[in-house]
Amino acid sequence: MDVLSHYLGLATQSIFIQNILLSSFLGMCSFLAISKKVDTSFGLGLAVVFVNGITVPTNWLIQKYLLDPGALAWTGIEGLKHADMSFLTFITFIATIAAMVQLVEMALDKFSPKLYQALGIFLPLIAVNCAILGSSLFMVERSYNFPESIVYGLSAGFGFFLAIITMAAIRYKLRYNNVPGGLRGLGIAMILTGLISMAYMSFSGINL
Amino acid sequence: MSGKNTQIFTDPLNKDNPITKQILGICSALAVTVKMDTALVMALSLTFVVTFSNIIISMIRNLIPPRVRIIVFLTIIASLVILADQILKAYLFNISKQLSVFVGLIITNCIVMGRAEAFASKNGVKASALDGLGNGFGYGIILIIVSAIRELLGSGTMMGLHIIPQAFYQGGYENMGLMLLAPGAFIVLGLLIWAQRTVIGYTED
Repeated sequence: MDVLSHYLGLATQSIFIQNILLSSFLGMCSFLAISKKVDTSFGLGLAVVFVNGITVPTNWLIQKYLLDPGALAWTGIEGLKHADMSFLTFITFIATIAAMVQLVEMALDKFSPKLYQALGIFLPLIAVNCAILGSSLFMVERSYNFPESIVYGLSAGFGFFLAIITMAAIRYKLRYNNVPGGLRGLGIAMILTGLISMAYMSFSGINL
Repeated sequence: MSGKNTQIFTDPLNKDNPITKQILGICSALAVTVKMDTALVMALSLTFVVTFSNIIISMIRNLIPPRVRIIVFLTIIASLVILADQILKAYLFNISKQLSVFVGLIITNCIVMGRAEAFASKNGVKASALDGLGNGFGYGIILIIVSAIRELLGSGTMMGLHIIPQAFYQGGYENMGLMLLAPGAFIVLGLLIWAQRTVIGYTED
């Protein structure tokens, strides 16, 4: 029971309170560009949940068994026992993400053409989405263990999904309103994001 | 400098600013602006990365096969970011701790990638270097304005020095906690975009 509530707590924490988009500001570029329409937002959100759920645990394995100081001890080679490869973190993570995105794309194309069509152009875009690289880097910084990294990857992606859907719905309604010239588009989107982020902040204090 | 090159450098500072006009690189612009010193360091690191990635990419632009260009760009950018990160860790350890993951996120910062794709892969070395510098500074200007407002209103300081006199606090003035949190960043940047777009007279449809 304790274990379950620990993971539930981590999930609520990363979906609502430390929402990857609204409190860590990651993935803003695609968030602002895509959130004009609800159905494309849905596609992008889904793709982020999917890719994030895969890449964060993969990067955890890579960090643990290849990059951490002394991580190469399992190879049994004397010279590698104390090697510290952690300066390669960034470049390895970005390569893993690009490779995983490519793999996911090929697998989807083969096994689920319908889902592949729904996610379509969003998958390649995701390779340069800062939310994906950001969650992997946060995973290292907060030193999660393997199951935690799975929960964190999925729920951070879900947080992005929720935020982008909310924003798309609001912007859809906003189309019929008369916004002052200079505020139109990016300006009003930023202020709205600020208000949504205030709303999400009120979840802090919930403790499971 | 010829007129065209001057324009390449000055356009991104105001009229074609990467953040307020091109909508690139907003993630990091918000996250590091709680205090002015972190914003300054971030702006300098980004200027370094975007200038050198532009120079390197424009040097080898005719050698990169078009189909693999994205991964080549990413590798060049990632190497430069590792360099910047190691320098920060060596000389400015405290600030590098405060910036946490955001130095690493320069890799996926759309400004760097966007300029590589849109400018450096089509233009000569000198023009690309100027374009990189201009975009880095344009990003820096916005970062410094946003962080100045947030630090002044949020903690009453600028670059860590107390600006708001003690008498104000005794008279009942209080720091605005909201400015230090995420919503403050969004709202300040939103208002700044409004002001800047009104000045240059630009409207999105």
